[in-house]
Order: sequence, then C-alpha cells, then structure tokens
Amino acid sequence: MSHRPFHWYRYASPQAFYPLAGRMIPWFWALAAIFGVAGLSVGFLIAPGDAQQGEGYRIIFLHVPASWMSMFLYLVMAFWAGLGLAFRFRLSSMMASALAPTGAMFAFLSLWTGALWGKPMWGAWWVWDARLTSELILLFLYLGFIALQAAIDDPRRADQAGAILALVGVVNIPIIYFSVKWWNTLHQGSSLNLARSSMATTMLYGMLLCALACWMYAIAISLMRARRIMLEREKDTLWVRKELGF
Amino acid sequence: MKPRHRRLLLILAGLAVLGAILALILNAFHGNLVFFFSPSEVAAGHAPKERTFRVGGVVKEGSLRREADGVTLTFVVTDTEKELVVRYQGILPDLFREGKGAVAQGRIGGDGVFAATQVLAKHDENYTPPEVAQAVDEAQKRKAIEATAKTLKQ
Amino acid sequence: MYWNNLSDFLAMGSHGPYVWGCFVVMAAAMILEPALLRRSRKRLLERLRRQYRAEALDGKAARESSGECP
Repeated sequence: MSHRPFHWYRYASPQAFYPLAGRMIPWFWALAAIFGVAGLSVGFLIAPGDAQQGEGYRIIFLHVPASWMSMFLYLVMAFWAGLGLAFRFRLSSMMASALAPTGAMFAFLSLWTGALWGKPMWGAWWVWDARLTSELILLFLYLGFIALQAAIDDPRRADQAGAILALVGVVNIPIIYFSVKWWNTLHQGSSLNLARSSMATTMLYGMLLCALACWMYAIAISLMRARRIMLEREKDTLWVRKELGF
Repeated sequence: MKPRHRRLLLILAGLAVLGAILALILNAFHGNLVFFFSPSEVAAGHAPKERTFRVGGVVKEGSLRREADGVTLTFVVTDTEKELVVRYQGILPDLFREGKGAVAQGRIGGDGVFAATQVLAKHDENYTPPEVAQAVDEAQKRKAIEATAKTLKQ
Repeated sequence: MYWNNLSDFLAMGSHGPYVWGCFVVMAAAMILEPALLRRSRKRLLERLRRQYRAEALDGKAARESSGECP
C-alpha cells in the first residue's frame, strides 16, 4: 500500500471526485466556522477603534474579505474554465460553473459593504471611480457567465462559451487591483501588501482571519455546488444511479 | 415558460450584461479614469473649462472659513505645489478635516475660484488606534522641536 | 474586550446602521446560499429518483457510462 504511487489524475473524473468532495466538505465548513468566530471576535469585540474613522472602520472586516474573494474566485474560475476549454476536462468546467454564483455573491457583498462604508466616510454611497467601476464590471462578468451558461442547452457548448467570457474578463482583475495606484481614485490605496501593512496588528489579524473564513466558506460551498452539477450532468451514468441507490 | 422563451430571455440577459459592461468601460475611458485633477493639473490647464470636473488634494490647514452669509464655506485645496480655492454651500462629510484629503466636484468660475456642488472626504489607507496615532504625532512633533533646537545651538 | 457595554457595541460610534447593515446582509447571504443549495440538491435528487423509478418500471436498461477518459 505504501509503495503505490498516488495517481492524482484518478480524481479528475467526476465519479471519483464526487465522494472525495463529499468527505472534504464538512472539514471546510468547520474551518470556516472556526476562522469566522475568531475573526469576528477579534474584529468586532477586541480590536480598538480607528483614529480616523472611529468605529465605522470595522466594516473592513467584512468588505475586504468579500472583495478579495470576489477577485480570487474569478481567477480560479477562469483557470478551471480555461483548463476545461483547452483539455476538455469535464470536471474542470463543472468546477468553473460551481464557482460563479459564489463569486457573484462576494462581488455584490463587496459593493454593498463598500457603499455602506463610503456613505459615512466619503460622503457618498457610490462614485464612478476606477476601483468601484471595475468591481461592478466584475459582478456583471459573473452574471454574464451564469446567464450565458444557462442560455445554452448543450453542456459542452455552454462550457466553451463561458470559458471564453471568463478568460476575456481576466484582464479586469489586475485593473481592479492596480486601479488605486494607476489612476487618481477616491478609494484609498492598499493597506496590505507583501512588503508592509499600514494597519495595527490586532486589526490586521482580524481582517486576515475573516478572509480565511470566507475562503473556507467558498471552498465548502463550491464543492457542494460542484457535486450537484455532477449529479445533474452525469445523471445518465451508472455511478450516479448507484449513488442514488438504484 | 416555454424552454424556447426561457432561452431567448437568458440570451437577452447575457447580451444586456455584456452591453452594460461595454458601456461602463467606454464611460470610464471617456473621463472617469481620472477621478479628480490635482490643483497643479488645474493650474496647468489640463482640467476642462466648460464642464464639471473634480479636484482633489489636501485641505490646507487654517483655510476653512465660513463667509458672511453664514452658509457658504471656503477652503483651499493643495497638492503642496499649487493651491485652489473652493467655494461650497452644503454639508461637509464627517471625515472632512483640515490637513486631510478631500475631493470636490464642480466648475471653475471666471474668478478662478472652484464652485463645488459636492465635497467628499478622502481618507488614507492607515488604520491605527487613537492612542497610537496620537503617540506617533507627538513623537514627530518632538523630533521637529529637537531638530530646530539643534540648528539653533549651532 | 474593547466594549464597556452592549449599547456602545450596538451604536458603533455613530456608525451603527452602516456597520450592522453590512453585517446582517453578509450573514444573511452566507446563510441563504448554502440553504438554497441544499434545497436545490434535494429537489434534484427527488427528480432523479422519480426518473430512475420510471425507467426501471419501463424495463429500460440503464445506459452504462464507460467511465470515459477525463
């Protein structure tokens, strides 16, 4: 047993990945809950107020994780979609489709929490600056991807069309990220990059823990949705019948 | 709903979304990428003369004044090189402070004063508790005093 | 604990409605999403089981998937 090589590509078939995903999902929910409780405790109960923004800055513990996830999930989605397009891996395409609704949700939450943060701090619910506009475009890209796949009956064609849209839209992600650096924007620059952070330590930890919670959540729910997609798309196969007790 | 109708609806939805994206992109390139001009850019004539635009910078310390009519406010926006006087009637956002960033939307008048219809506060990306911010402030002040004392001694 | 009492915590300086408006919507979304997904899955399983039952009654042989290469 110990000398058999691990054939990872076995799990590239829906039939093998379905039970594996099923086993992983509870663990990711558990991690999401643990990081969530920790992050929210630090952010909402322990961290001090901000010298500039008072207590309202605490929206950062919700807004930044949502924004990060909206961008990260899009890249992952485009990656799997691209793989599915290039190599015709069915499971890759299913994974891309599984990620889209959650990505759209986080993009919406980024915009919503951003608006509620902007009103007291900037004095406006919304401005057409480069960062906000490109995040709105991201939401539209997600919705366009979902609508496009829903509109096309043939799953293969739907995968291909979605993949093309997803890949074309990838250019939007660096635009969102670098917008505050490249152009004059109302949105402030980044408080965190690999070199330094301009946040107090407690605040930083709260934000990172909440970000981890959202990441674990996204994995859990995407695996759940991927399983559902697998059952739907493979419903005429023997393994699905067996799975359902037939 | 018939499957065909549903398909049509979804294709329309997809096209609408694509259209919205294109509209946003075109709009951005038309003028919104530059969310605001700095006072230097305004002085150099880069900002439009006939249209509304936005000017952004730091509010000059001690420049915030209320005019005789009791309603109009004036303040100076600076980018440490050039300054621009802004006139505004309305409520300033909570975070509007002298010495901090602001963005005003409006038009430049014949008298060279910027008549603003909207003023937004722009804050930076620093997040520190008040005690820490105060301590940093005081340390900087102390350093400045020490530096001046040193030059005086010489 | 940073807060001295519950009312300070709920007030969030003067920014209570904004902070809690974010929290509530985000929490609702992250509860609704898995709930809706679970319901969708349940419906799918019911539909598939109905379909399989009907096919079994018709005596149709299940088309076996060849476990084709990914």
